[in-house]
Amino acid sequence: MKRVVYREWRIPPERYWSLLGFLAALIGIAALSFGYMEHEGHWVSGMNNSVVWGMPHVFAVFLIIAASGALNIASIGTVFKKPIYKPLGRLSGLLAVAMLMGGLLVLVMDLGRPERLIVAMTNYNFSSIFAWNIFLYTGFMAIVIAYLWSMADRQGGPFNYPIGILALVWRLALTTGTGSIFGFLVARQAYDAAILGPMFVALSFAYGLAVFMLVLMFGFEEEGRPIGPRMMRRLRNLLALFIGIALYFTLIYHLTNLYMAKNDSLEHWLLLSGGIYTFLFWVGWILVGSLAPMWILYHPVLSQKREWIIGACALVIVGGFSAMYVIIIGSQAFPMALFPGHTILESGFADGVNGAAAPYWPTIPEILLGVGGVAVALLITAVGVRVLQFMPESLADDVVAPDEETLDAAPFAKPA
Amino acid sequence: MNENATRIASTSDETPASTVDAGRRGFIGTAAGLSAAALVAPGVFLHSVAAAPRSEPVTDSVRWGLLIDTAKCADGCSACVDACDRENGLDLQEPHGSESKWEHQKAVWIRKIKLQDNQTGRITQLPLMCQHCEHPPCVDVCPTGASFKRADGIVMVDRHLCIGCRYCMMACPYKARSFIHQPTTGQLTAVPRGKGCVESCNLCVHRRDHGEESTACVDACAQEGHGAIVFGDLKDPDSAISQRLREIPSRQIREDLVLNTGVRYAGV
Amino acid sequence: MVKAVVRAGLLTLGLVWVALAADTALADEVKRYVVEGSPAAERESCVEPTETMRRMHMEFIKHQRISTVHEGIRGTKYSLTGCVDCHISYDENRNPRPIDQPDQFCGACHNYAAVDLNCFDCHASVPNRPGADAEAAHRAAGVVGRVASTPPQGGR
Repeated sequence: MKRVVYREWRIPPERYWSLLGFLAALIGIAALSFGYMEHEGHWVSGMNNSVVWGMPHVFAVFLIIAASGALNIASIGTVFKKPIYKPLGRLSGLLAVAMLMGGLLVLVMDLGRPERLIVAMTNYNFSSIFAWNIFLYTGFMAIVIAYLWSMADRQGGPFNYPIGILALVWRLALTTGTGSIFGFLVARQAYDAAILGPMFVALSFAYGLAVFMLVLMFGFEEEGRPIGPRMMRRLRNLLALFIGIALYFTLIYHLTNLYMAKNDSLEHWLLLSGGIYTFLFWVGWILVGSLAPMWILYHPVLSQKREWIIGACALVIVGGFSAMYVIIIGSQAFPMALFPGHTILESGFADGVNGAAAPYWPTIPEILLGVGGVAVALLITAVGVRVLQFMPESLADDVVAPDEETLDAAPFAKPA
Repeated sequence: MNENATRIASTSDETPASTVDAGRRGFIGTAAGLSAAALVAPGVFLHSVAAAPRSEPVTDSVRWGLLIDTAKCADGCSACVDACDRENGLDLQEPHGSESKWEHQKAVWIRKIKLQDNQTGRITQLPLMCQHCEHPPCVDVCPTGASFKRADGIVMVDRHLCIGCRYCMMACPYKARSFIHQPTTGQLTAVPRGKGCVESCNLCVHRRDHGEESTACVDACAQEGHGAIVFGDLKDPDSAISQRLREIPSRQIREDLVLNTGVRYAGV
Repeated sequence: MVKAVVRAGLLTLGLVWVALAADTALADEVKRYVVEGSPAAERESCVEPTETMRRMHMEFIKHQRISTVHEGIRGTKYSLTGCVDCHISYDENRNPRPIDQPDQFCGACHNYAAVDLNCFDCHASVPNRPGADAEAAHRAAGVVGRVASTPPQGGR
């Protein structure tokens, strides 16, 4: 095992600047969408008084939970002392901060009065999870930046472990807090479930790692830095495990709802007759986002192929967006149980007449705004790795630390 | 002719429609409608104007509430909704986008609901608005404290603090809140309204602060001869609403949430 | 070359000065505007001395808005509705002109000072349609002049 050397991302300038230009263009378009939506008012979006949070929130929540998930790699290296993950810690921290910034920007840009953000910073209602989250998010950024310093600076070494523990605890709180934004809402049947907090943690593991792996592989590929089969095997198995955990929580969530008679109608709608939401649940979330990547990652042949692993990561992300769409928008579209045991025949405010779901169809500015958040995250990451030493020169098998589990076995007996 | 009608008629008379903007036009149209209605039924829109506007802070010695007797709520009648729209300037909202979309994006403070019991087939009519909970979920979740409960039990939004995050709308079990999706012009003096904030029924708070006796919906319902809505102080045992609550069985909507709503329903 | 630059600079300066002066004149013209018969017309100054009002009006209504919105106090000395009631002006058809327009009482000064004026994003910029609040407030404030929500004397 050699010493790990970190180096700036030295891809050819024209390639780097065209990447940056592309991301900046996406951000510019998102800024225009934001201006349009704020100037005209939210009537130009698909959001309405029934589905009050739409596409921007799908992107924002995905980015925020993926951000906390991306930090897992650093935690595994520092807190759980798995040396093989140590070289990945810096990129993991950078990506976490970048995605959180992207997600928060989208969230803020969608406010009805974004110019009053200062009000949100100066007036707090501490019974609101939202207010707590403002601290969780800003605290997360501060802690992760300190974490990065402790990883990169020689003087930071002694603080690395304690900061790592703090970061781990904080990220768990953050994701639980994000899930609880929904989980503590008694009003809507699909929310009002304490399991949403831990479920978001489980989802964050999978999404964060999938994004991390894609960024890592792209960054290394572009510059010709090697990632050895051992590292790939590690990451791939971890991703498969995380998908499994996410799937488990999904299963429990729905089983609990199915068991309670009062939620029969919700489950029946979501699982069978919910149109786009049913489709996104089964095809997007379960099939494409969970079963297909697990099949690839555990497949004896396909799992050895880099392209297939990249494909699996991409599928997890597609599944993540589907899951967010179902959780955030589907749960609002399902009519609220204002009068249990009754059917609403007429209403002056679209209260689910005859059980009809509330309409929502995302508009282009909303989607562009969300894409802008992703672009912000990637731009921060791209600039970060370019100017600072975030990425190790090599993750080849002879560089990364040996796997503890296979220390006894013959080296490289089982090429991954 | 009563004084109100004269006043409104004279106001609309002096305003040539050709020179005014769209917001004004809406106002004139309504004003004309108002004066016509007032001519037909004199006194309809007269409030009993009390002495002076409030100068002392509201206290929790009162708790305002409504009692809605669904048996008296008539099918096809929308007097309360129309009165609320007029009182609170909701009729001044200009439609934006397609009609079907606007139906879901315009602000609504009170709406009529007709529902049927799945088991017995019994049909009930009722108006639904903000229920002015004692423990309002919208107040719990508001990150800035813009959504708040006044000492006298009125749950409302301080627009100066509202950042338009719409978390309160996610949290309200009654879907009572509306987000202002469109730019606004020609607001009423008594009811400010602006793009990007959330709002809902405030029990005609401007009337409360000027010491008037009831709300626009209550007046309209009484005027129609239904008298299905009673307004009053839930803490005063002698108030009409407290007496009525003692007499007839009533309940809260979503009683299971134990929010202790200020709006009660009989016959649901 | 240098001469040309200096000349252009002077010209620009002059143009800016003229523009500013025009703005100032406009602000001067409208800032004195007070509705006849309103309480402000009878007084020496607004609810506070003019200098204080110029500097502090936002502070006053900021405090007042908390007591009005949260405590229901409507009979305060300071009031945004009061600003509109006393300082609104009317066009030749006797339609009130929104007070935040750049040539009106609030708008002109805010425009001149380049201070964002967003009260009227939500608040009525003209004395508005009859409503309980406007009615009683106007009566309480003694405004019986030409606000739309109360009739001209002849109308009663």
